[in-house]
Amino acid sequence: MAEKVSNKKVLFNPLSKDNPVIVQILGICSALAVTAKLEPAIVMGLSVIAVLALANVILSLIRNTIPTNIRIIVQLVVVAGLVVIVNQLLLAYAYNVSKQLSVFIGLIITNCILMGRLEAFAMSNKPWPSFLDGIGNGLGYTIILIIVAFFRELLGCGTLLGIQVIPECFYQHGYQNNGLMILPPMALIVVACIIWVQHSFNKDLQE
Amino acid sequence: MENLNLFIRSIFIDNMIFAYFLGMCSFLAVSKNVKTALGLGIAVTFMLVITLPINYLLETYILKAGALAWLGEEYANIDISFLSLIMFIAVIASMTQLVEMAVEKYSPSLYASLGIFLPLIAVNCAILGGSLFMQQRDFGSVWTAICAGGGWVLGWLLAIVAIAAIRERVTSYSNVPKPLRGIGITFIITALMGIAFMSFLGIKF
Repeated sequence: MAEKVSNKKVLFNPLSKDNPVIVQILGICSALAVTAKLEPAIVMGLSVIAVLALANVILSLIRNTIPTNIRIIVQLVVVAGLVVIVNQLLLAYAYNVSKQLSVFIGLIITNCILMGRLEAFAMSNKPWPSFLDGIGNGLGYTIILIIVAFFRELLGCGTLLGIQVIPECFYQHGYQNNGLMILPPMALIVVACIIWVQHSFNKDLQE
Repeated sequence: MENLNLFIRSIFIDNMIFAYFLGMCSFLAVSKNVKTALGLGIAVTFMLVITLPINYLLETYILKAGALAWLGEEYANIDISFLSLIMFIAVIASMTQLVEMAVEKYSPSLYASLGIFLPLIAVNCAILGGSLFMQQRDFGSVWTAICAGGGWVLGWLLAIVAIAAIRERVTSYSNVPKPLRGIGITFIITALMGIAFMSFLGIKF
């Protein structure tokens, strides 16, 4: 990133115009796999925000001392250290959610958002903007996760955060939960719909 | 026989892309044409088949609860499995770097065709995911681990080549709505393929 960008832009651009998931196409794997329910999606989003912001700061602090040949290993080790901490915290304080997320907490390490932002931003910027960039991109990721999980849980189970939202009388008149929404492929369709909406508003993103 | 079952199961039913969404980033980024997709697929296959047995041995003899018993009585109740994430990713990253250097030295032509993909592999979730699933499922022997890993990665290869072929056709022959062009339609194709792959779910061996 050559030109000087204001801190505000760094923080807010990733929310829609430069969204990590639907524009930069980073971090898709976990975005799709954990969104069958709202609760794991929120926990996953918070974990990614924390890891991303901290990893960005740490690597931005040591960016001038890392030899370029082994920078990928260094980045991975820093990220892996942070993820281990998050994983142990979740095991201690949110055991059920962490069981639902299973390997996907570990897979934050290889979440492309992390590597992408570290390479593209933290390695060439000062700690404070890097921190904001981490928060911004983490939030952008979390927003997509929450939107997808909201629709999947609402239409698939009729609940939100485990609480029944669609009233009982709907079911008595023949309303059925759409079981298809819980299946993994529907996450892709929901994300595709978000992309469709977003690209129709932002003409310059269209191919 | 059991290993063969596991192998086929891992290709079709537990498909990395369609059942677990692992390795999606490179799957979406490098599937514009069949040739590069095949190149990346082979590179990933190669790395997973190397790293999975190493990680399996690490897990069994060093990281698992009680795995250090071979050092002596007093080490028998040490459990350092919380270090497994760091160990696995270190193995993968350093193997990637090693393989990259070895390929560059001994087979420049292979390096020319695979070269750009090798750094991408270190952060391919399919590979770390393979190791983590291996840890979760407690495979009985290193052969079982290799069979499962081979199946996962072949399933991945199959998926990326298939989607690349479909994308080639879609971009040249069909009239996709403008906002969906490129990445949007790829998501939808992947979803449809995923639904198709779900038909394998009922297969029992």
